Amino acid sequence: MSRRLGISLGVLAIVLAGVSILGARGQLSWLAGALAGKTANAETWSAPRTAWGDPDLQGIYNYGTSTPLQRPRQVADKQVLSDEEATKLQSDLAYRLDRDRRDGGAQADVSRSYNDAWMDPHRKTLTADKRTSLIVDPPDGRIPARVERKLTPEQEKARVEADLSTRRFNTGFQESYKDMDVGNRCIIRRRNEGGGHPYLPAIYNNMAQIFQAPGYVVIYAEMIHFARIIPVDGRPALPDNVETWLGDPRGHWEGNTLVVETRNFISPDEVGRTGVVYGNANPKTYRIVERFTRVGPETVNYEVTLSDPETWTRPFTIMVPWNKTNEQIYEYQCQELNYDMYHWLAGAREREKRGEKFNPNAPDARGDDGVE
Amino acid sequence: MRTRSNAVIAVTVAAGAFAAIWLAMRVQGPAVAQVTTPGRFPAYTPARTADGKPDLNGIWQSLTTANWDLEAHGAGAGAYPQLLGAWGAQPGGQSVIVGGTIPYRPEALARRKANFATRTTASVPGDGVDPPTGDPELKCWMTGVPRMMYMPYPLQIVQTPDAVLITQEFNGNTRIVRMNWPEETPVDNTFFMGWNRGRWDGDTLVIDVTGLSDKNWLDRVGNYLSDTAHVTERLTLVSPYHIAYEATIEDPRVFSRPWTIRFPLYRRMESDVQLMEFKCQPFVEELVYGRFTKKPST
Repeated sequence: MSRRLGISLGVLAIVLAGVSILGARGQLSWLAGALAGKTANAETWSAPRTAWGDPDLQGIYNYGTSTPLQRPRQVADKQVLSDEEATKLQSDLAYRLDRDRRDGGAQADVSRSYNDAWMDPHRKTLTADKRTSLIVDPPDGRIPARVERKLTPEQEKARVEADLSTRRFNTGFQESYKDMDVGNRCIIRRRNEGGGHPYLPAIYNNMAQIFQAPGYVVIYAEMIHFARIIPVDGRPALPDNVETWLGDPRGHWEGNTLVVETRNFISPDEVGRTGVVYGNANPKTYRIVERFTRVGPETVNYEVTLSDPETWTRPFTIMVPWNKTNEQIYEYQCQELNYDMYHWLAGAREREKRGEKFNPNAPDARGDDGVE
Repeated sequence: MRTRSNAVIAVTVAAGAFAAIWLAMRVQGPAVAQVTTPGRFPAYTPARTADGKPDLNGIWQSLTTANWDLEAHGAGAGAYPQLLGAWGAQPGGQSVIVGGTIPYRPEALARRKANFATRTTASVPGDGVDPPTGDPELKCWMTGVPRMMYMPYPLQIVQTPDAVLITQEFNGNTRIVRMNWPEETPVDNTFFMGWNRGRWDGDTLVIDVTGLSDKNWLDRVGNYLSDTAHVTERLTLVSPYHIAYEATIEDPRVFSRPWTIRFPLYRRMESDVQLMEFKCQPFVEELVYGRFTKKPST
């Protein structure tokens, strides 16, 4: 326990140091300003390099946290919390996220049957810098407004189809595997968990291991066992006609920071009811720029800027600290043990056999349609 | 006469020396340099990483037909020739097994036969079919070790002092080889890609793989191993462009003795060559789950 506390304090000091580095670049100036009084204590530290001279990002990391992606309304005026506020928010969030609670009646109880034993305990802890949102830009900590788009007749038809598909899923009348989202189909993580990337905290498997060799950085994500090979040798991108679920990344170094741009995402019409990029943006105009900076021996700051002029009114930036862990990454079996797919589909066929009918207007039919 | 007897003596001495070397190799086991096919690769001093180990980094691929059948096999039509013609056909190939055949225990052959008979019949997780039917490759499952090393897809090795990542294009099959890891498996579980522990034996990377899933197949004809298998792999750079690869499989539940697979991995030399994405799950959903989808009402 005391060892854990020591590590947390160490992480805090390091994050503060990182804030001052990022602040100098102007990315997090408000945060650096808010913490200016505390950075004086940060020890001098220089980022390690690999034997061939690249910044060394290697390690096993966990990026789970309870700090919400978007700033909650009740703290709308605050970018960073005081110690007391942070303690209270952390404990409130931890209570809300606890899946071993037994209050709320039978239905709530059943919905928590996927209990805390399955969950990443890191998801109950705020980031060490006590921010109120993972979004650091715009300053209100919220995803920018969406661009109003007039849909073409084909797009409107596709939207209605996707909505019906969601309603079939939500009410247990899946007609096909295509009524399942990409996470349930074991292709990539759900889009609101970032899909392949951005890497956003989820209920479990917030684990990644970074490997480096000359010319390459590889980020191995535990979820759906995905080794993302990022060339850093200046090679050109793949041609546009090559489409992929996870995109094709290219990296380069800016000082101590690995900058990764990813493109060649697959189009939504290829993939059933959901697109693969964050916010169901247009994969052709979507841009994702990720920055990985080691800011101390225990922490890499992961900063990602997303933009799509057809989807959001402005770009936005998310920052999630990746904290080194002594845990190991284990094999994530997905389609190999995907009992859900069989249970859902066979269950839906059984209900039809019994004469039950899909009701798209049932109270529980409308839900998350994947548009964040 | 004298000349001749000298020759006889020389031959006898040479034979004795060979016998002694052979015996020594037998006694010391696979540690002695039997990793390469003798005479095929001249002596080679490999390029080294910063920590002084042979540099295995790169993109590699085998050129065998072992994924169709580890043992010698003739060419043949595929599972659905009426649909796929020559696309689905199997090329003929020679065995990659030292000695040619897999030494199954007699009682273990029944499962291989059953695997073959049901190789294109995909059971799904949860339907109670045990062992599952359908080649794991057909269903886009992880394909295990050593199979990932001889599938017709490239693989990339990323070598660090503490861990070596081996990742393959097919389904993103990946394993982390922990170097000098003390325990056999840290958890009571099995993994499709096994629990991989690495060590250097001179200039050879030796990987001990245990904790393998009993759902793994070794090829498309249904050769298999069980969760008691211990696979010992040996990777030795024998030129800038070749790794001599060898895997010895011990599994007393299935095989009557340890047996060894041996073939070279070739370095992919195209400029800017990279592993492409091969997410096969969308390609197999209709095959695997189609029978559970809603059919148009009649």
